[in-house]
Amino acid sequence: MIRYIFKRILYLIPVMFGVIVLVFLMKMVMPGDPVMELLPASATEEEREEMREELGLNDPIYEQFGKYVWGIVTRGDLGTSYKTKQPVMDELLQRFPKTLVIALVSMALNLIVAVPLGILAAVKQYSWVDNVVVLLSIVGASLPSFWLALMMIMLFAVKLGWLPAMYDGTVSGYIMPVIAVSIGCISATVRGIRTNMLETIRQDYVRTARAKGQKESIVIVKHAFRNTLVPVVASIGSGLGMLLGGSLIVETVFAVPGIGKYVTDAVSQRNFPAVQGGVIMLALIYAIINIVVDICYTIVDPRLKTAFITSKKRKRVKQGGEINV
Amino acid sequence: MAAECKNILEVRNLVVHYETDEAVCEAVNDVSFDIGEGEILGLVGETGAGKTTIGLSIMGLLPKPPAHIVSGSIKLNGEEFIDEADDPKSFFDIAGKLKIKKVKKNTEKMFRTIRGKKITMMFQDPMTALNPVHYVGDQIAEVIKIHEKVSAAEAQKRACDMLEIVGIPAERYKEYPHQFSGGMKQRIIIAIALACHPDLIIADEPTTALDVTIQAQVLKMMKELQEKYKTSMIFITHDFGVVAEICSKCAVVYAGEIVEYGTLEHIFNQAQHPYTLGLFGSIPNLEDETDRLKPIAGLMPNPMNLPPYCSFYERCDRKCDECKKKNPQLVEVEPGHFVRCVFAECKGGENSGITGN
Repeated sequence: MIRYIFKRILYLIPVMFGVIVLVFLMKMVMPGDPVMELLPASATEEEREEMREELGLNDPIYEQFGKYVWGIVTRGDLGTSYKTKQPVMDELLQRFPKTLVIALVSMALNLIVAVPLGILAAVKQYSWVDNVVVLLSIVGASLPSFWLALMMIMLFAVKLGWLPAMYDGTVSGYIMPVIAVSIGCISATVRGIRTNMLETIRQDYVRTARAKGQKESIVIVKHAFRNTLVPVVASIGSGLGMLLGGSLIVETVFAVPGIGKYVTDAVSQRNFPAVQGGVIMLALIYAIINIVVDICYTIVDPRLKTAFITSKKRKRVKQGGEINV
Repeated sequence: MAAECKNILEVRNLVVHYETDEAVCEAVNDVSFDIGEGEILGLVGETGAGKTTIGLSIMGLLPKPPAHIVSGSIKLNGEEFIDEADDPKSFFDIAGKLKIKKVKKNTEKMFRTIRGKKITMMFQDPMTALNPVHYVGDQIAEVIKIHEKVSAAEAQKRACDMLEIVGIPAERYKEYPHQFSGGMKQRIIIAIALACHPDLIIADEPTTALDVTIQAQVLKMMKELQEKYKTSMIFITHDFGVVAEICSKCAVVYAGEIVEYGTLEHIFNQAQHPYTLGLFGSIPNLEDETDRLKPIAGLMPNPMNLPPYCSFYERCDRKCDECKKKNPQLVEVEPGHFVRCVFAECKGGENSGITGN
């Protein structure tokens, strides 16, 4: 198991290198000149040239790239923000917790709401409960998160005054951003769980469990739901990716000072190091989530465990098998 | 019937329909049989004849809806266990609905104490009948834990014993179904079925998915264990060879009806119903030199649209005008041998179905 996890972490290196290359190339094709944004319009051509020289924008591209990668590998340095003259890494780490809180709380909300609803809808297929759940999940999946965010601001902040319209550092400031990003994710998960449960409920081993005289509730949870976990884990992994992507928009709407807002601002300011750093950070988080999801697979599905992980136990099993077939 | 031994299970006039919006599928029509202590009854018939539905209705595992037990009685050790509550007629009949809910809850509760403890069922396909994400040992221990007040450790120990009984080393307790071959999976299913020493095992084509050598092995083991524990058994199959090997009684099922029922001798040596004769006629004979087998021509009638007369009429080679007038009754042609055919009715004289006793 440890060997498998270590192998997966090693795979991270080529993936992240690819991300860095792509992100760096993005800078080449991105229109606009950062110097234009940084200096006032009245600045002379000499001043601009001086600025470019200072930022290293006139160096050959391979030299810029080499310096950048070297900085990341040796010092964990993602460059210096053009705007604030602060190291990008420091700025990102400072904002990272806020994005993480939104993503994790949304994920938890997703599981708490979607799992019971999905199971309930599948168990009571075609009943009114099922119809309502399916209808709501279609509506939820169709609502764009920014629209939902604006509507919630109008209702809860402007009309009712229950919640702050903008992020203010308190717990209540997180409520609306979390709901806005998680609605879409919840809807997708509910549908996923319902579909998979409908399939497993009809499996022979569920009937076997009933034939043992097991309680229906235990049959559903222990035998049926346990088997739907594999696709559910997959959808939750990609759901977290969706949450991170969604945070870009929602953080902007609610002015949450997280990575999403940071990257969006940096793009409009042509703040290349900040954009690069932010994207690399998000990609790293996403890659790590995927590793965690893959490891979860092997936990929830023993068939994958034996396929991925070869150990002494497996060999003993084979010998036992030959005698008894 | 001569009551030489106590009847474990009595099924009387069982009628099961699958009701959908489009049509009513008459899966089981007026089926009656008894099983005594230690007896093995073979239910033989072709695909779709309603054999599995009979088994499932005894277990109370019919998918409701669409399945619906229209009438009949099933008695286990003399105790009736079919719920008789009718669905409320009116949408607003809340009292009726509550009552039915309560009845359903009670029957479900009662069935839960029977399933796995008094009656167990082995399903057709060992490949899919075990849960892929739980240890096989735990799946055996589960049924012990449900029905007997034992500690988890004790249940595990007994599950290990069961594994040894069916010839699987107990060290393999903590392994998953995919690590076993088909024959071994079927043995684990046998272990689950026998774990609580049930009075009756319903084996639904337990050997159909296995190859012939393993089939013989599994059958031999089932027979040995059945004799050891004096368990009664319903053996659902479409293989007369298997019936001859292990059963003591046999019922031939056709289109949801028992067309012939009796001891092995009655069925194999003195078969009277044209369908049974046809089935034997289609078995290849090693001694005769023939190029072609003699199958029964035609197909079983669609259970959504059964004829009001004898359902075997269209395929029968002895049909006459009398056959088309009514659906024949099950007639006792000699003690313990029942046939559902017009010719038997004429010969048998007085109408004495199983129910007549």
